[in-house]
Parts: sequence; C-alpha cells; structure tokens
Amino acid sequence: MSYLLKRIVFYVFTAWAAITINFFIPRAIPGDPVQALITRSRGQMTTEAVQSLYVLFGLDKDASLAEQYFSYLGQLLRGDLGLSFTYFPSPVSQVLGDGLPWTLGLVGITTVLGFLIGTALGTGIGWRRGSWADALIPVTTFVSSIPYFWLGLIAIALLTGPDSFFPASGAYDNGLVPNPDLEFIGSVVQHGILPAFTILVSSMAGWILSMRNMMVTVASEDYVTVAHAKGLSDRRVMVGYAARNALLPNVSGFALSLGFIVGGTLLVEIVFSYPGLGLQLFQAVGAKDYPLMQGIFLIITLSVLLANFLADVAYLALDPRTRREG
Amino acid sequence: MTVVPTTGTATPVAAPVKRRRLRFVANPKATTGLVILGFFALVAIIGPWIAPYDPSGRSNDLLQGPSAAHWFGTTHLGQDIFSQVVVGTRSVIVVGFIAGIVATILSVLVGVTSGYLGGAGSELLSALSNVFLVLPALPLMIIITSTLPETSTLTIALVIGLTSWAWGARVLRAQTLSLRGRDYVEAARATGEKTWRIILFEILPNLTAVIASGFVGTVIFAVTLEITLAFIGIGAGGDWNWGTVLYWAQSQQALAQGAWWWFVPAGLAIALLGTALSLVNFGIDEFVSPRLRGGGKTNVKTADGHTVRMRVGFTPVLATKAGPEGRETP
Repeated sequence: MSYLLKRIVFYVFTAWAAITINFFIPRAIPGDPVQALITRSRGQMTTEAVQSLYVLFGLDKDASLAEQYFSYLGQLLRGDLGLSFTYFPSPVSQVLGDGLPWTLGLVGITTVLGFLIGTALGTGIGWRRGSWADALIPVTTFVSSIPYFWLGLIAIALLTGPDSFFPASGAYDNGLVPNPDLEFIGSVVQHGILPAFTILVSSMAGWILSMRNMMVTVASEDYVTVAHAKGLSDRRVMVGYAARNALLPNVSGFALSLGFIVGGTLLVEIVFSYPGLGLQLFQAVGAKDYPLMQGIFLIITLSVLLANFLADVAYLALDPRTRREG
Repeated sequence: MTVVPTTGTATPVAAPVKRRRLRFVANPKATTGLVILGFFALVAIIGPWIAPYDPSGRSNDLLQGPSAAHWFGTTHLGQDIFSQVVVGTRSVIVVGFIAGIVATILSVLVGVTSGYLGGAGSELLSALSNVFLVLPALPLMIIITSTLPETSTLTIALVIGLTSWAWGARVLRAQTLSLRGRDYVEAARATGEKTWRIILFEILPNLTAVIASGFVGTVIFAVTLEITLAFIGIGAGGDWNWGTVLYWAQSQQALAQGAWWWFVPAGLAIALLGTALSLVNFGIDEFVSPRLRGGGKTNVKTADGHTVRMRVGFTPVLATKAGPEGRETP
C-alpha cells in the first residue's frame, strides 16, 4: 500500500502546485480586471461579490502576500471561485457545475474507450509484425498528426447537413428539457455520436502505435519463447504473456498523457458547440473572463489528477510487483 | 580496491571498423520525413516572397472556390488563402523549433542532472518534472498567455518551450539512471574524471538518440499547441499561421457556407508536417532499436505446403517428410 500512499502524496503536491500557479498568474494581469467587471455590471454587483473577486485577483493591496494567499485558499475551500463575467451574475462554481457533466460524459467515456480499442488493435498488429497489418502504421501516423478539432470540422462538413441524422452542434435538441426520459437520452446519444467518434479516431492512433512497439519488443523476450515452447496456443501466449507485459508501459503512458488528451478533446467541444468545459473555456477566452478561465483550469487539473490516480490503481491491479513492495 | 594500471587506455572505445556515415538517412521513413521537413523549412524561409498576394489584402473575389488565380480559394474578405498558408508556415516552423530547442535544453539540464547526481535534489527535480507532466498543457497555456500584455510569435514559442520540457526530462532521467551504473562510467569515475567531464563525454554522447527523439516530439507538440491556441483566438498579434486561418474559417461559419477550401489546406499542412516529424522520430527509434523495423515478409511457405511464421527469438524447425527419426510434422 505504500505505493498508493506515495502517489497520493504526489497528487496532493501537484494539486497544491496548480492552486499556487492559479494564485500567482492573475497577479500578473495588467490593469484592474475587477474594475472592468464592475463597470460592465453597472452597479448590479453586491459588495461581497466585489470583495471575493478582489481576493481572487490579489488587488487587496493592504494585505501582505501571505495573507492574500491564505484568504485565497480559504475561499477555494468554500467553493467560492468568484463571479463569471460571461455568465453574469452566475458564480463560476455554478457555471462549472453545468458544464462538467457533459465533459465528463463525452471526454471520459471516449478517452477510456479509445485507449482500450487502440491497445487491443496495437496488440494484434504488433504480434503479427510483417504481415498486412503493418500497412496500418503509416495510416495511424497520419491520423495521429491531425489535430482533433480539424477532424471534427471535416466530420461536420461531410456528415452533417439539413437532412442528416447527425446534428452539427449542441448536446441535445433545443426543444427538449433535460429529463431522464427516453426521448431526451436518445437525443443526447444522437448528438454525442459524432464528437465521440472524432475523439475516438484521433486518440486511438497513438495507442495503436505505442502498443505495437511494446508488443514487438516484448515478443522476443525469453518468457514468450518459453511459453511457445511449452506448446501453449498462439492466442494464449499473445494475450496472457506478451500483451500482459506490454500493457504496463501503456497504462502509465495513458496516465501521463491524459492532460494532453483532455486538452485536445476540449477543442472538439468547441467545434461541435458541445456545452461542456471546453466551450466555456473558449467563451471565457473570447470575453477575457479570468475567473471562469481559472476555475476551468483548476477543475480540469483536479479531474486529470483524479483520473491519474485511478490509472495508478489499475496499474497496481495489473502489475503484482508493485503490490509486493508494500 | 586495486587500481588497474591502465591509465590512458580507458578512453571511449575506438571502433575498429569505420562506421558507415549517414546510416540514419538510409532509413526510408527518416528520409521521407526529412524531405517533407526540408520542403516546409524552405517555404518558411522564402514564403513571404513567393506568396502571390498579401495574405491580409482584401479583394473583390469574396468567398470563391479554388481557381487558377486563387489556388486555395478566397475568404469572406477576398483574401487569398494560398498566400495565408504559405506566409503562415514561417510562424509555425519558428515556434516549433524555438520551443523545441528551449524545451530540449531544459530537459537535458533537469533530466541528466537528476539522473546522474542522485540524492534529495534529484528527487525534487524528478517531482518537479512529474508535476509539469500531469498539469494539462492547453488550459495552463491559455491562462498564461491570456495574462501576457502582448503576445508575439516569440513569446508563444518561449511559453510553450518553458512548459513542455517535462516529458523529455523524465525519459532522460530514466536513461541516465541506467547509464550511470555501467562499467565504463564506473571506470571513468575510478580514474578520477571530473563529474562534468563524465556527464559531457561519457553520458551525453550515449543519450544523443533519446535527446533527438525528444526534440522532434517537442516540436510536434509545440506546433500542435500553437495552432490550437491560434484556433481558439489566442495568438500572435498580426502574424499569420495555419491556426489563424482555421480560426477565421470557424468564426466566419465557413462550414455552413460550404467553403471547404478555407479549412482543408491548413489542416492538411498540419497533418503533413506532423507526419513528417513522426516519421523522423520513427527513423530515430528504429535506428536505436532495430527490432521495431517492419519485419518484411515473415510468412514462409515450406516445401510441403505448410506456412511458418518467422518471429524474433523463435527458430522454426522444418521437418522433412521422411526424416531419419520419422518425426511427424505438427
């Protein structure tokens, strides 16, 4: 268990680092962003809301840096991330609450699926090195070089239209009210297929390549030769001996590249106008909505850390050596 | 401990056979990649001179498809898209390479130091690179660049370079850790070589391939990130790059108007550049680890009609029909 404990300490440290970055960066913004917001809100803001923004942006000149830092931490613990400029007068935490489920549903499911399918395909291609399957490698290289959002643009241009089954934007029909009934769920699935497919295609390619290379390396290990010599079936050697060992670096690679993949998938949301965090981030950038940007950065970072932790737990289950040490 | 009296002969092994130069270029993947890369580099240099129009210059040909006058069509303001893509190449290449160089220098410093020196400082550097590795790059870049008072191509390149060294540092640290225990490094240490000399002349030459592949990887990453940032509207002021073209295509509803020519060329250019860099990286990987090369033809037909699949580390025994021991074919 000491392995997990070490990882938890690391993630807490990283979360603290992200929060600290979030604390210092706004202090570099030139001018007075809060004043700009107050002007824009035409006096509709309460004094408390103004005060909370001043704490977030470090414009509380009377307090020392340490005092500012601790009042900032206290505010975060209460879940107070300030007010959003774009969605005024909603607080940032409420805006994030609206966007997060969509992002988790779309990005979460497709990222995991992409990893599983890509790894399975890579296993097969790596095992049959030198057969027709090798021809897939240049194709996957090309696909993995395409930015996610561009593939989404192409998918919209080719597959959507006035009489197409696939809608070009949104997460559900405008006329529907979010209810857990069949019609609504059907609409959500219909709107989700195209963005999900885009993310799947572009994220899969990388996993195919890395798994293929690991399989090729592992295939010449002694234990694989021994397994063959024992007369085990080819399938059993591939899955139980080669793939099981080749999988480990891929799982840790998955954990490490999550931050990057999530960045790419947020772009898909922008292209499809999918109402998740990515679209909100886009709007926040356009409107220079600093509190929302910071809130999104924080929530994405924390989600990625959590996902990393889950990948570590999976690694623990897959590799008995990590368990023995504890 | 006995000191072996072989002073002076513990220099790096001089290869008795002269190594073939340019072995790397002989790899077809690497060659293809380098040729495409060379093409883009050329366009980056001469782009502004060969572009037929001013990329921002308006004309009366509004939103027209590809034609002889406008190879890639025009935008809603009548700007020539071919010129935008050609002129934009420079910014893409410059950001890719500056960010790649900055990140590579940082990753070598952090990775090799923490791998070779060991101790608490090493653990700290390793933890630092892990932190940078798990922080999601795109949102981090967005909040950094949006607070900068003004962004030019150079600042974007520097910010990308300063935030994307972690992956290379991690790989280099692992490699250095395995190298520092090797006999020849121990030998150098035993003969009293200075630490900086061991790192520079014993460790670094053996990391060349890893550093090169890390550099190429960072260039891919930086190019994608720059284009992504430009696509969402955070970019270098007035400079054109492929992301800016896509940004205007997206914000002017090019898709809804059926103006496919507006976003297809820039996207293909990105994919082509990315593929070229990946091919160079495969070339490096295969150069270092020959196993990764495609196996050629591995299914061999035997005389009696069986098919045997050749595999690394696996020697198929072909039994003849009437072998002396009378073994049966499986």
